[in-house]
Formats: sequence, C-alpha cells, structure tokens
Amino acid sequence: MSIAETMIPPQAPPPAPPRPYTFSRFFGSVALGIWLALGVGIFLTVVNGWDPEKFSRYAPNFLSGLGVTLTLVTASILMGAVVSLPVALGRMSKNRLWGWLAYAYVYFFRGTPLITQLFLIYYGLGSFRPQLETVGLWWFFRDAWNCALFTFTLNTAAYQAEILRGAIESVPRGQREGAAALGLPDRIAFFKVILPQAMIVALRPYGNEIILMIKGSAIVAIVTVFDLMGETRRAFSRTFDYQMYIWAAILYLLMVELLRNVWGWLEARLTRHLKR
Amino acid sequence: MSGLFAALSSGLSWIGAIIDPLCGPAGVFRWFASETLLACGDAGWGDEIAYGFLVTASLAVATLPVGLVIGFFIALAKQSEEKSLRLAANIYTTIFRGLPELLTLFIVYYGLQILVQQFLATVGYDGAVEINAFVAGMIALGVVFSAYCSEVLLSAFKAIPHGQYEAGDALGLHRGKTMRLIILPQLIRVALPGLGNLWMALLKDTALVSVIGLPDILRQTGIAARVTKHAFEFFGVACVLFLVLAMISSIVFSALERSTKRAETRR
Repeated sequence: MSIAETMIPPQAPPPAPPRPYTFSRFFGSVALGIWLALGVGIFLTVVNGWDPEKFSRYAPNFLSGLGVTLTLVTASILMGAVVSLPVALGRMSKNRLWGWLAYAYVYFFRGTPLITQLFLIYYGLGSFRPQLETVGLWWFFRDAWNCALFTFTLNTAAYQAEILRGAIESVPRGQREGAAALGLPDRIAFFKVILPQAMIVALRPYGNEIILMIKGSAIVAIVTVFDLMGETRRAFSRTFDYQMYIWAAILYLLMVELLRNVWGWLEARLTRHLKR
Repeated sequence: MSGLFAALSSGLSWIGAIIDPLCGPAGVFRWFASETLLACGDAGWGDEIAYGFLVTASLAVATLPVGLVIGFFIALAKQSEEKSLRLAANIYTTIFRGLPELLTLFIVYYGLQILVQQFLATVGYDGAVEINAFVAGMIALGVVFSAYCSEVLLSAFKAIPHGQYEAGDALGLHRGKTMRLIILPQLIRVALPGLGNLWMALLKDTALVSVIGLPDILRQTGIAARVTKHAFEFFGVACVLFLVLAMISSIVFSALERSTKRAETRR
C-alpha cells in the first residue's frame, strides 16, 4: 500500500476546445452588424446634418414638449389612481348594479383605442357646446389639453382599476380572516393588512401602465397639444429634417428605460423580505 | 396577368359585398339605419364606414402573421446560447417596446420613403415616391407586435420542461421536427392568453394608422364627423365598432383556448 508523500502540483486546466462556428453565431454576428451599421448611420446623419442654428431654435421646444408629456402623464396617472379606487371597489362589490356599471366602464375604456376616446371627447363634446355652456363646463372642454387630461385620466383609471382588483383578489383569504380574528375593523384590515400586500403584487403592472401612458400620450399631438411628439411634428413640418424624429425617439427611449430601471430597483427594494 | 388580378379582385369585392356585416344584404346599417346618417349608398355614411371597418380588420389580420413569425424568431434568438444573438434580440425588443407606436409609425412611414427615394436616386430615378400607408402600417405595427410577442413566447418557452426536447432527441427527431411536433403545440397552449392580449392591443393600435391617411374606421368616421358636424355620434359609432371587434376576438380566443385545453381536461 502506497501513501502519497507529496501533493500533486497544481496544473493549468486543459485548454478550452475551440468554439465551433455555428449558424446561430453567424446570424448573431450579422444581426449585431446590422444594429451597429444602423447606429453608425444614425450617428452620421446626426453629425452631418448638425446645424447649431436649428439646435438652438428647436432644442428648447423639445424640452418644453418633454415637460408637457411628463406633466400630462404624471397628472393623469395620479388622478386615475384616485378614480380607479371606486371603480375597483365597484368591480368587487356584490351589488349587481355597481358591479355592472364598473364592468361596463372598464370594458369600454379597455376595449376601444385611446385615440378614439380622445376624439370622442375633444371633437364629440364640441357638438354639445350649448348644453355645456349652460352647465358652465365649456371653458374646460374647449381646451385640447384639458380634454387630453380628462380622457387619459378616465382611460388609465379603467386599467388601474383592473390592476388593483387583481392585486386585492390575489391576497389570500386567510389574511382577511386573520385580521378579523384579531378583531381589526374592516377599514383598518383593508388599509393595513390587505392593501400593502396587494400593492406589492400590483407594483409591476403599475410600472407597465405608466410606461403605456408615456407611450400612449404621444397621440395628443394629433389634437394640437404640443407635447414631445407635437413639437417633433412641428419641427419636422418646418424643416423636413428626419433628425427630429430620431431625437424624439431617443428622448422617449430614455424616458421609458429610465423608468423601467428605477421600477426594477424599487421592486427589488420593496420585496427584500420575500427573498428566500 | 393583370386581367387575372382584376377578375380576382372584383370577385373578392363581390364576395365581400355579400357578406359585409354593415352594408351587405343582411347588413346592420342597411336594415336598422336606412333613414339616418348611417344609411348605405349616397344617402349616408354607412358604406364609407363599412369600408373603414374592412380596412381596420384586414390591417390587423394581415399584421398578425408577420408579427407572430418575427416574434417567434426573436424569442428563439433570445434563448440561444450565442451571446451576440441574444444581445441583438434584446436591442430589438428594447427599442420597439420603448418607442411610442405613433412614433414608430412615423419613423417607418417617412424613413422608408426617404430610404426608397435615395435608393431610386442612385439607380437614376428622380421622382416623388409615396409609400403605401397600409404597408407602412403593417410594418410598424408588425414590428411592435413582434417585440411584445417575443416576450410572451419566451416565457412560454421557459414553461416547457427540458425533458420534452430530450424526448424528441430520444425519438430520433431532428431539431426542426421536435420544434414542430412537440414544442409548438404546447407552446401555443401556454402562450395563447398572452397572445390574446397582444391581439387586442394590436387591434387598438390600428386606429393610429388613420393619422398617416389610411381610410380605416377612425379616418372614415372623422371625415363624416367633419362634414356632417355630428362628431359625437360618429366617433361613438367608431367606439362601438372597435368594441364589436374586441368582442368578436374575445369570443374567438376563448373558443381557441377551449380547443387547445381539450387534452388537459381529459386527463
């Protein structure tokens, strides 16, 4: 019986076998090449068509358009959150009438395009001008910005109500029963036990909804609100410079990606306690 | 050859006129709205709106296979072992999910126009080029649809256990056949609810194409509203037509889901 006297000296690992040149590798290189060419092409168009005068003329417009977009989205999301609460409660209520009304509301606003709803309110309510004037609401619906805000609020309220309902219903029954067993009143049980757990489930859909609103808000440009898209269209119609669309695309992508990353961080932070 | 196409298209339009749900022999507008603004023919706007309905439905139906096929290949690329392929596919989805659909549409519409014009200029043709709005809409919506579709299909791919591929190997099927006979049928079953949502989104996005001049529901009702000054009624009709499309699709999708679930319930 032999006993090892010395340890085997450490050896370098065997050389990695050469990676085979597969089809997918070929396609990957081609696809990356196309993206690279596109990126370089866009960069070159921007550099070649760079005009300091144009930049100084339209850059402030773009920034103000960005501000309009952000204001519109923030305001409609917040107001929609308020409106969505009764709608979600209606969807979950046992009362037939409330349930049916909330269902019809949600079905209408989720089943038709946002742009059609906007036209219905902006152009359509214009034909009720005398009636609106007697009620004293005409000053509100005369303005495209107000109409857009109103439509977006109603639209996002329908989507948020569904998110909220799904999230509240995803909280297990035992939580409610546990709260009842502890003698908590219904209100406190809802706000302190059910809602916090529901909000964690709802976090990701809410982020998606905000992104959808940022993207959807581009259509207000059609009803003469000068948001980012509206400013882009105005600049393009004056200069016929394709760059304008590239700038708008970059700004929109930045907004969406920033929000997505912030939301991812937020979600990771808020669900720390659920990690196993 | 052009005679054949003319005969085909006239035959198709004849069939379309017969089964037209709005202004055909059994159409809703013909029977219930003949005295109103929605009457068919020269008296009202029924036939224009019916044409818009057809355009919207056909745009959505024509975009679907394009988006599905591109989305399928993007999903395959995303789960490939090749890093560069994954990166390229991820760039694609990041861009087209982040851009507003309206902006994508404008970029495709004007960008294609500029590209084709430049290409033709190098060949030696100097003339104004106009891209067909239907084709531009199909490309833009198809690209957006495929970006979302790839995510849905990717998560469906992840739901299929690896043993299924191994079983295909064990049976001696080659990769294409494994995909077609084993993976795809299960993939469709898992992905169908997600694809249903995407189809609804696509249906709603088709309304945007009216902005670049395609005579779809929204454009036709918009023209009617401007001419007759009955904006609320006509845009209301547009909403109702979109709701009808949504209802039809939800019926079709629930039937599809039931038919793909047959195997599950029997177990």
